[in-house]
Amino acid sequence: MTKTAQIAVTVNGEKYVEDVPVRMNLADFLRTKLGLTGTHVGCEHGVCGACTLFLDGVTARSCLTLAVQADGAQITTIEGYETVKNASDLIKNFHNRNALQCGYCTAGMLATSIEYIEQGNPADREKVKEHISGNYCRCTGYQAIVDAICTTIEERQG
Amino acid sequence: MSGPATIFDKPRDYIGKSIPRSDAARLLRGQGRYVDDMQLPRMVHAVFLRSPYAHAKINSIDVSEATQAAGVIAVYTGKDIAKHVEPYIGVLSHLPGLRSPAQYPLAVDVARWQGEPVAVVVCTSRALGEDALELINISYEQLPAVTDTLDALSSESPLIHNEYDSNLAWKREVEAGNLEEAFAKEDVIIVEKQIKFGRHTGVTLETRATICDYIPGDDELIMYYAGQAPHMLQFILAKHMNMLEENVRVVAHDVGGSFGIKVHTYGDEIATAIIAKLLRRPVKFTADRLESFVTDIHARDHVVDAKIGVRKDGSIVGMGFNDFTGIGPFSMYPRTSAIECNQILNLTGAPYQFEHYHAVGNVVFQNKTLMCQYRAVGHPIAMAISDCMLEEAARAIGMDPVQIRRKNLIPDDAYPTKSATGMRFDDLSHHACLDKLLTIMDYDALLADQAENRDNGIYRGIGFVSLVEVTNPSPMFYGIGGAPIASQDGATVRLDAAGALHVSSSVTEQGQGTNAILQQIAADVFGVAMARVKVTTGDTATVPYGGGTWASRGAGIGGEAMLLASHALKEQVLDVAAVILQAKPDELDIAYGEVVMKDTGEQKISLGDLAKIVYYRGNELPDDLQPELIATRHYRVTDFPFVFTNGAMAAHVEVDTNTGFIKILHFWAVEDCGRVINPQLVDDQIRGGVVQGIGGALYEECVYDTDGQMQNATMADYLVPMASEMPEITVAHVETYTKTSVLGAKGAGEAGTGGAPAALMNAVNNALAPLDCGMWQMPMTPERVLRALGKIG
Amino acid sequence: MKAPDFSYEKPTSISDVLSLLANDELDCQLLAGGQSLMPMMNFRMANPGTLVDISGVSELAGITECTDTIKIGAMVRYCELEQSTIIKTHCPLINLVLPYVAHAAIRNRGTIGGSIGLSDPAAELPAVLLALDGSIEVTSGDGVRLEPASSFFKGVYETACEPDELITKIILPKAHSQQKFGFHEVARRHGDYAMAGVCIAQDSDLSIRVAFFGVADKAIRATNVEKLLSGSASFSQDLIKDAQNATSEIEFEGDMNASPEAKQHIANVVLERALKGMK
Repeated sequence: MTKTAQIAVTVNGEKYVEDVPVRMNLADFLRTKLGLTGTHVGCEHGVCGACTLFLDGVTARSCLTLAVQADGAQITTIEGYETVKNASDLIKNFHNRNALQCGYCTAGMLATSIEYIEQGNPADREKVKEHISGNYCRCTGYQAIVDAICTTIEERQG
Repeated sequence: MSGPATIFDKPRDYIGKSIPRSDAARLLRGQGRYVDDMQLPRMVHAVFLRSPYAHAKINSIDVSEATQAAGVIAVYTGKDIAKHVEPYIGVLSHLPGLRSPAQYPLAVDVARWQGEPVAVVVCTSRALGEDALELINISYEQLPAVTDTLDALSSESPLIHNEYDSNLAWKREVEAGNLEEAFAKEDVIIVEKQIKFGRHTGVTLETRATICDYIPGDDELIMYYAGQAPHMLQFILAKHMNMLEENVRVVAHDVGGSFGIKVHTYGDEIATAIIAKLLRRPVKFTADRLESFVTDIHARDHVVDAKIGVRKDGSIVGMGFNDFTGIGPFSMYPRTSAIECNQILNLTGAPYQFEHYHAVGNVVFQNKTLMCQYRAVGHPIAMAISDCMLEEAARAIGMDPVQIRRKNLIPDDAYPTKSATGMRFDDLSHHACLDKLLTIMDYDALLADQAENRDNGIYRGIGFVSLVEVTNPSPMFYGIGGAPIASQDGATVRLDAAGALHVSSSVTEQGQGTNAILQQIAADVFGVAMARVKVTTGDTATVPYGGGTWASRGAGIGGEAMLLASHALKEQVLDVAAVILQAKPDELDIAYGEVVMKDTGEQKISLGDLAKIVYYRGNELPDDLQPELIATRHYRVTDFPFVFTNGAMAAHVEVDTNTGFIKILHFWAVEDCGRVINPQLVDDQIRGGVVQGIGGALYEECVYDTDGQMQNATMADYLVPMASEMPEITVAHVETYTKTSVLGAKGAGEAGTGGAPAALMNAVNNALAPLDCGMWQMPMTPERVLRALGKIG
Repeated sequence: MKAPDFSYEKPTSISDVLSLLANDELDCQLLAGGQSLMPMMNFRMANPGTLVDISGVSELAGITECTDTIKIGAMVRYCELEQSTIIKTHCPLINLVLPYVAHAAIRNRGTIGGSIGLSDPAAELPAVLLALDGSIEVTSGDGVRLEPASSFFKGVYETACEPDELITKIILPKAHSQQKFGFHEVARRHGDYAMAGVCIAQDSDLSIRVAFFGVADKAIRATNVEKLLSGSASFSQDLIKDAQNATSEIEFEGDMNASPEAKQHIANVVLERALKGMK
C-alpha cells in the first residue's frame, strides 16, 4: 500500500494541509491535489526546467522535490507571480514581446527570469541567456524571452 | 456592396500590426487548459507496457498478477484491444506502390519497435499503474532487428514483414531531361557527395496526452486532444472503432507545442479511446518523456548520394540523387511515411532554373520508431541537398556562392512558371529576398571579417540558402489520395446582442497565434475592436468542418475563410442597418462597433443596438426581413496544388578547430510569405523554426544501436537547443501577396526549419574550405568536425 | 515516470541516520539534495525501501573556517558555496567551477555531500577535491575517519563510503597566496555534463595536481602529466605538448557525445587552456 504523510504548505500565500503519498513529487502535488495546474511537467528528470518554481525563496525543480520535502515550506508558483512576486511588469513584457507561444515552458521560464532580476543582474543578453539556459523552449527560439527580460530590467532601472 | 477585395483599399487597424496575443494573458497567469490539467469524475489512467526489444515475437502475456495489484481496474493485451478496432494501413492512392501492412494500436503477436505498446494497465493513478506494469510477465522471443537502411535492402537482410519480398516500402523515380547524357558532356563540372541526415524528433515540451470519455445512452465518445487535426481524429476514431462519426467529438484546448508531432495517429491514444468505451468512464493517457522519445514520430533519417553538374559560368546543368530513408516498421497512418521523401523528390532544386533532374527515393522499413511529417517535412533535406551541393560546386569553379545563385535562381519576373519536376510556382521573389538578405547581413563586411580572422587562424564561415516552402495546400496534398484530411476550412462569425463578435474556425492553435490572427482578421474586416472578438477553435462539435493546422495553412486558408465570413456578415448587417436607418447599404460602413455613414463617418447605430432590435424587438422590422447575424464561409486553394513561399537565409559561424565546436555568430532570414498579418508573430515563428533547424543541424539525433535500442532517450542525452548557444536571428520580409486569395497571405510557420540546416552546413563548409575538408553529415557534432579535420581517427 | 513506493524518514541527528542505515531490512538510501537521486527514482533505476532525508540533520550544515582548512558540512548546497565569502576567499577553485555546474535551480538544492558521495565521472566537485587534495569525513557506527580524496573515488557511482556510512564533512585546505589554480571544461551546451574538464592546483613549491573529469570512469588525477609539469613556474608550448602526450596514461571512456579518441583530444585541449589560464 502506498505510504502517505500529512504535509502543511503555503502556496502563493494560501495555507494547505494535505495527505500525500510519500513518493509524490511537488509538481504532481500542486497539479493534482491542489488543482494548481499552472506548474507543468516536461521530463521528470530535472533537465527541461518546465516545473521550476520558488521553494522557500529560491528556484527549484518541483519534479525533483518530494511533496513531503516541502512540508512547512513557502511555495510560489505562476499563479502567484503577479501578486506575490511583483512580476506584473515582467508578465506585461512577456506578453507584449510575444515571449511565449504554446505557453508550456512559461511557468518555469518566468521563475528563472524573476530569479535573475531579483538577484540584481544586468540587462546583458549573454548573461541572461546563460541564466535561462536550463529552461527548454521549443517555440520561441529564446530571443523574445531575452528581449522581455532585458526590457524589464531596463524599465526598472528607469 | 463591394466585394471583399476592397477590404485592403484603406489602411487596416489590425491586419499587418504586431498586436500581442489575447491567449497569452491567461497562459502567463498559469491558466492554461492543457489535456493533463483536466481531471474528470471517475477518471482513471492508462499506463502502457512497451516492448523493450526492437523486434520480438510475443509468445505469451500473463497479466494475472497485475490484475490483482492495488488500484488496477483492468489490464488489456494487444490481442484484447485488437478485438475492438479495425486495423489501419498507412497508404494513400496518390503514392502508387506504397505498401504497409495493417497495424493495430498495440502489438498483437510481434513487437516491431522498441517502445511499441504491448499491454496496458488501467489504474486509479499513474504511479500505481507503473507498479502494476512490473507484475506483467511477457515471454518474448527476440528476432533480428533491421536497423541499417542500406543493409535492410540487401537480399540477406531479415524481413520485417514476411508477406513482402523486401523491406522496401516505396520507391519513386523523378526524371526531367536526361541527366546522365547531360553530365557526360565535357564542359560540365560534376560534384558528388554522400550527405547523411540524422534521424531526430520533435520533443514538444508538452508530451502527447489524451483523455477519452464515453457516454452510454448517447453512444458518444469524447476525446480531449492535444493535437492539430480534430476532424481527422474524429473520422479515424469513428472509422476504426466502428462508431457513427457524428457520435465522436474531439476537443482541443491548449496544446504545448506540436510541430507536426501531434497530427498523427498513435496506437496508445486510440487504445485509450477504446478503453474508455469499454469501461464507460474517462481514461487519461499522458506520455512521459521516456515514452515520448520512443513513440513520438521521428523524421529526417536519410542517406543521400547526390550530384550536381555546373558549367564554368556557374549555370546548373542538372541535379540528381539517390535517397535512402529509414522509416519505422509501418508507414504512419493516415498521412504516410512516404510524404517526406516525396517532398524531397519534388522540391530539391526548386528555386533554380535547370533542365536535367534525376532523383530516386527509397523508403525503407526499419525496426525503429515510426516516422512521419515533422515541421518543414522534407524541406530541410531538399534545400540542403541542392544548396550545399551548389556551394560546393561554386567552390569547385572558384565562384562566389551569391554569384552562383544569381546565375541560377528563377527570375522574379518569370512567374507563373514550373520547375523541371513540374512544381508550379507563382508570386515568388528569390532575387528580391537575396538582395534584401545581402543588405541586412552586410555581406561585404562579413567577408572582410572572415579574411581578417583567417589570418589569425580563426575559421569563420558564411553560408546561404535560397529556399521554397510548401504552404496553403490544396486537396492535391492528401485528399486526392483518399486521406480523411480536409484541405478546405471554414469560419463562422456571429454578432451577439451585446455587439460582440463570436467567431469559430476549423484551423487550430498550438501556440503559433492562430486564434490571434483570426481575431485580427475578423475585427478588421467586420469593424469591431479586437477585444470584442471571441475565438473558438478546436472543437468538432462547434466549429466548421475543416483540416486543422498543418503545412503552414492556418493564416492562408483559415485566415481567408475568416476574412470571407467576416465580410459576408458585414454585408448582412449593413442590409439590416439599411432597413432600420432607411438608407442604402452601400452608403453605410461598420467602424469600431458602430454602423456609420461611409462618406462622413457619422455614427448612426451601435452594433449592440442593432443586434438587440434583431434579437429582441423583431416587431420593429418589416415582416419580410429575416436577418441573419451569423455567416459561414469556407475556402480552399484551387489554382495550385500548394502555394509556395520563398526565402533567403544566411548563417555566420565560427568553427573551433581545436574542439570541433561550431558557434553560430548570427543568423539572418528574409522570408516572403505574402501578406504578413502579425509581424511579431511571424518573425518569432521564423526564429523558433530556425532554432529547430539548428537542432537538426548541430545537436539532435536519435542514436540507435544495432539491436534497435535507442541509446539517448532522455533530455540529458538527446540534445535540444538551449538558450546559451542560440544566436540572435534577424528577420526581414518581402511581401508578394498570393493571387489565390483576397487576404494574400501565404504560410510562414515552417520556413525557418526548412532553410536553416542548409545555411549552417554551407557556413561550416565555407569556414573549413581553407583546410581542405568538409562536413557532409548532420548533426555536425564536435566529434564529426574533429574527424573531418583529421584531428582524430 | 513515477517513483516506486518507499518509506520516508527524516532523522535529525547523525546517530539516528546511522541507526537507519545499519538496519538492512529498511534498505535505506540517503536523500540529500535529490537532484541526482530523484531522476534515478523517477526512471525506476533506484528503488530503495527507505529514503532517509538528511536535510534536517543540523550537524551536516555550515561552512567553517579553521586554521588551515575549510570544513563544509555534507548538506551544504551549491548555492551556499556560491554565496559564501569563506569559499570565495579560501577556495577560489570552487568559485571558478560552480557556474558550470548544471543550472541555478539545481544548484539551489544539490549538495556537496551528494556530489561527492555519488562520484559521477562527469561531475566537477570530485575533480576539485582531487586537485585540492582534500579529504572526506566519513562517519559510521565505528566512528569518524578521514578519507583522502585521492583514494575516495573508485569508479562510476562507487566510493570509499560504505552503504551504512555517512559522509559528514568535506575538508579542503585553505588556499595560499602563492597558489595558482586552473580550470577549463568543454560541454555541448552550457550546464551540461562536461565532454572533458580539468581542475589544476599548483602549490607554492611548484608541485602540481591535475584532475580530469568527464573522460574516464571517475574523476582522475593524471600523475604522469603532473610529473612533467611539476617544478615549472610557467608552461612553455613544448612543455604543454609533452603534458598532452602524457594524458594517454588515462583510460579514456567514450559516452554519447564523444568516443575515447575524441575524449582524449578534448582533454588535451582543456589541459592547454587551463594551464594557460592559471591564476
